[in-house]
Amino acid sequence: MRIALALAALRRHRARTLLAVLGVAVAAAMLLDMVMLSTGLRESFRQLLLSRGFQLRLAPRGTLPFDTEATIPGASEIVRLLRALPGVAAVSPVLGAQLHVPRDSGAVTAFALGIDPAAQGDYELVAGRDAIAPDAMVANDDFLRAAGARVGDTLLVAAGYDPQLRTFTGERRLVVAGRARFLYLSAGQPAVALPLRTLQRMTARLRGTGEGGDDVVSLFMVRLRQGSDVEGTRRWIQAHVPRVDAISTAGAMARVDQRLSYFRQLGLILGAVSLIVGFLLVTTLVTVSVNERMGEIAVMRAIGISRAHVVQQILLESAAISLGGALLGLGLGLATARYLNGILSAFPGLPAAIDFFLFQPRAAWTALALLAASGVAAGAYPAWRAAGLPVARTLREEAVA
Amino acid sequence: MTALLGARNLRRDYLLEGEVVHAVRGVSLDVAQGEYVAIVGPSGCGKSSLLNLLGAIDHPTSGSLSIRGRDVGAMSDRELTAFRLRNIGFVFQRFYLMPILTARENVELPMAEAGVAKRVRRARASELLRYVELGHRERHRPAQLSGGEQQRVAIARALANRPALVLADEPTGELDARTGADIIALFDRLNADGTTLVVVTHDEELARAARRVVHMRDGGIVHDEVLRARA
Repeated sequence: MRIALALAALRRHRARTLLAVLGVAVAAAMLLDMVMLSTGLRESFRQLLLSRGFQLRLAPRGTLPFDTEATIPGASEIVRLLRALPGVAAVSPVLGAQLHVPRDSGAVTAFALGIDPAAQGDYELVAGRDAIAPDAMVANDDFLRAAGARVGDTLLVAAGYDPQLRTFTGERRLVVAGRARFLYLSAGQPAVALPLRTLQRMTARLRGTGEGGDDVVSLFMVRLRQGSDVEGTRRWIQAHVPRVDAISTAGAMARVDQRLSYFRQLGLILGAVSLIVGFLLVTTLVTVSVNERMGEIAVMRAIGISRAHVVQQILLESAAISLGGALLGLGLGLATARYLNGILSAFPGLPAAIDFFLFQPRAAWTALALLAASGVAAGAYPAWRAAGLPVARTLREEAVA
Repeated sequence: MTALLGARNLRRDYLLEGEVVHAVRGVSLDVAQGEYVAIVGPSGCGKSSLLNLLGAIDHPTSGSLSIRGRDVGAMSDRELTAFRLRNIGFVFQRFYLMPILTARENVELPMAEAGVAKRVRRARASELLRYVELGHRERHRPAQLSGGEQQRVAIARALANRPALVLADEPTGELDARTGADIIALFDRLNADGTTLVVVTHDEELARAARRVVHMRDGGIVHDEVLRARA
């Protein structure tokens, strides 16, 4: 009967109830989006870093991976050293560079990764073969589109390009062996991957170290065996491998956390604002509704309906508005997040795989439960007013009115 | 007859805009089981205030009230609410039905609060609506009923938990003469069937229908007359 009464009270002013539910839905959507934003970017980074199972990354000392053009010399020796460590399952050396494909109008420039195809963790092969042969490369769709190439084509590729003189250096013919999806690159960025040795040789002259002696990489990624001591291994590498900074996923996440603190603060503030807005909205609506029904409530009390019943009925009303708004807000929030994610994911320099808004059920349900709880709490004031009204005086005032 | 209600020196003072209003001044009244009492008097003489005290929805400034041998003044708010639920039925001038509920649901409401099983209370609500000759309107909401019909639903609601006492405050006040006469007839039938009635009214017809008339003036009882003994 209480539920029926509460729902009937809400149905009495359908338009008003609907508007309140919509208002709460907007607040819920905003709260959900803020929760998704504040936790999503971090979680998305974490998932990306762990997606290929590499727990450690070794960058040139004082830099972050691919933050500068700095390289690590003596790469082969470091690979041997790392592979000899007991907990290490795989080592993936990576060299980053730019490659150019000559065209009539100039050149198509792509980001190139020199990799060990057997241990790489930078891309997923979508079609064709991997870049195993010395003259093979895999490319993403953006590169193939820009270069007008297809899998199986042979392209003349240069390591150096002078746009003023339109001259190319370090040229070599490479076969597009396969099509790949690169994990860490931003959307729309043309990219290729080829054997590390090939790229090292192509770019050697640019570095001035001479062909064959350019044993450099930009980054090592290290995968440890299950149960290995990640932090212990990191510390060992940091101490014994000169010229590198060993960064664990946890360490990288700490840095990401530091950089994303603004997002979190923004999310927290806007989330709190939406929670307060939802709270006030429900309080206002239910208070107005109770004020309109003072006579009815006084009669209910007179005929023996308990204070507890009155309180429960009003709390049920506010809970129904909040719950309806929260559920509607869930859909609205997800749709908004998807739309905004599409815009923000195109932000230059960010991996396309990064999601700004990541739906994490636990965080989302917590946020919506918080909103629903605040909605119930919002009914506390009108419920208290209704439960405490003086029956006889209210009836007398109603009669006079 | 057994005394159902006993009021001793009931006083009720209000503070109205800084001034004390003596609404009820030392009223003593006994109502026996099965009586039909009309309380009459000019506007502002304290009839409704007295009825609120007799119905335990207001607290006297002083004096005592017992209903069915229980000291109402000694009860907590929770006890009073439960006591009203099971022992007192109310009929108001403005009917005060829940507009969002059907006639039957309105009658069911006090029974639901009393914990009566759904099937039982539904059957009793239907039976009561038939008693007040509204069996065919049980699914209608108050807005779909006339004033007289609403008042009959309110009477059925008042009877829901088989109360020892039914109190009515100007039950014909909002009704035309013909509809008022129907309600008067219904009250007569109620009393004939054993319900104890205390009615506050300006309606001379209703007062004449009662078996005892209590006249009030300036918050006190000035005359108490028995028109006819119960058959």
